[in-house]
Amino acid sequence: MQRSLIDRVYSGIIGAITGFGMLLLLAPTLVVLIISFTGGITLKFPPPSWSLRWYVELLQSQDIIEPALTSLKVAAAATILSALLGGAAALGLARSRLKIARVLDALFMSPMVLPAMAFGLSLLLVFNLLGVRLSAATLVLGHTIICVPFVIRMVSASVQQLNPVLITCSLSLGASRWYTFRRITLPLIRRGMVASCFVAFLTSFDNVPVSLFLADARTEVLPIKLWAILEGSLDVRVAAVSGVIVLLTLAGLVCAEIFGGVSRQIGSR
Amino acid sequence: MTPASTTASRQMLPVIPLAALFLAAFVLPLIALVAISLFRTPQFAELSLAQYLRFFSDPFSIKVLTDTVWLGTEVALATLILAYPLALVYAASGQLMRTLITFLIMLPLLTSTVVRTFAWIVLLGRDGIINTTMLSLGLWQTPARLLYTWEGMVLALTQIQLPLMALPVINSLLRLDGNLTRAAEGLGASRARIFITIILPLTLPGAIAGWLLVFAAAATAFITQTLVGGGRIILMPSYIYQQAVGVQDWPFSAALSLIFTLAVTGIVFAVGALSRRYVRGVDAA
Repeated sequence: MQRSLIDRVYSGIIGAITGFGMLLLLAPTLVVLIISFTGGITLKFPPPSWSLRWYVELLQSQDIIEPALTSLKVAAAATILSALLGGAAALGLARSRLKIARVLDALFMSPMVLPAMAFGLSLLLVFNLLGVRLSAATLVLGHTIICVPFVIRMVSASVQQLNPVLITCSLSLGASRWYTFRRITLPLIRRGMVASCFVAFLTSFDNVPVSLFLADARTEVLPIKLWAILEGSLDVRVAAVSGVIVLLTLAGLVCAEIFGGVSRQIGSR
Repeated sequence: MTPASTTASRQMLPVIPLAALFLAAFVLPLIALVAISLFRTPQFAELSLAQYLRFFSDPFSIKVLTDTVWLGTEVALATLILAYPLALVYAASGQLMRTLITFLIMLPLLTSTVVRTFAWIVLLGRDGIINTTMLSLGLWQTPARLLYTWEGMVLALTQIQLPLMALPVINSLLRLDGNLTRAAEGLGASRARIFITIILPLTLPGAIAGWLLVFAAAATAFITQTLVGGGRIILMPSYIYQQAVGVQDWPFSAALSLIFTLAVTGIVFAVGALSRRYVRGVDAA
């Protein structure tokens, strides 16, 4: 079939924008990886020479390693808390027809709609009014709240796909509730749990607005440290940190993909 | 209680711990935020609407708010323009291309915000790739100032938030009944016409869902706004931070947070409600 001129122009425009869009999506991550191997002392692109000096420098930078470890610990704690509490709540909510279930569901999802800065500030105000000193614990509490919506949404989706007949069968065949939960429910919602843990961890590890208000001087987290560095100077060590984060995230994605098919979960959310 | 309602209530038992946590660490703080915003002075003296009056009678504050809303709108429009062609190519191509596009979309979604923002500092900087390319091609005589500008910030946020638009648009495009476009093609409609009269109206729900996500994310993107926009562009998130941490004026920063929250969620819900009314099948917000 002969294509008219207008069709060719249309396809050309679509193709050009798509090409630009794909380049735009890829370029920043690629550029960060490339620049992290620069031998120079500035962020000049392309790098004048190649070396691993900034990664070596990074290994000796206690002022970056310290916050990175804090971030990992806080993210791990917030992930575990939000997965346990959120997972349990999602199991309870998903099948309930009570009106209060829908109200609670909306409540648990609302940290997603609320600007995180407003939430961080409000929690800080309450801690101040109650005389609670800021610590790693206050930070974990704040992060847990903002991770919960992801857990609720992804686990609820898994629970809804679970055939309730399987549970009834297990119970009527004499299995205890705990055994049924462990051997039937849990394996069937595993994908949702793994995916939500992955996303919750990234959310906490990446969070700035809440940490800005809830971290005390001793619990400095990585994103805020990097933000502070970049506000002052264009430090090339940040490129090396970024390189490490990108590679670790990709490794994490591969693991989560193997155990939970995480891309499908995120893609369909 | 009837047995049925007992079972129904028992099902809700695992929800209690999280509900308690949210009451203490989410609902209570928000109530405190509202209460504190009603004090006239930072020393918590005298209840009044003074903080809100102060905001709405100050042209600077109003401009900060409208700039922030405008930023969200601009970024959402830019991502919309990029997302549709991407989705059309995705829908029309084979498995390999689809995997590639999915990977490219997931990439920024999974890289940390600070890293993504840092990437744009490298790209837009004086010695950055854009400046060096343009200079070596002889298109520009002197390096252009790209970092710490509004346009640079919009470009960076567009890339950072594009996945939030692309995913819902792709999803709704894949749900589109292929017979409709094939029928139009068979009846001789041009591709552009098919897009405008069939594809666009039927995938609008996805676009609106994406619009809302991108708008809210771009308006609240503190890190990208402060690092790529620079210190001279004041937007609501940095205004709140400055008033709360820098000036320590908590009643005013509480009022700012509430005004900002209401503006963002208000617009999100209004657009969601309007589109639910006029566009069929919108399931956004």
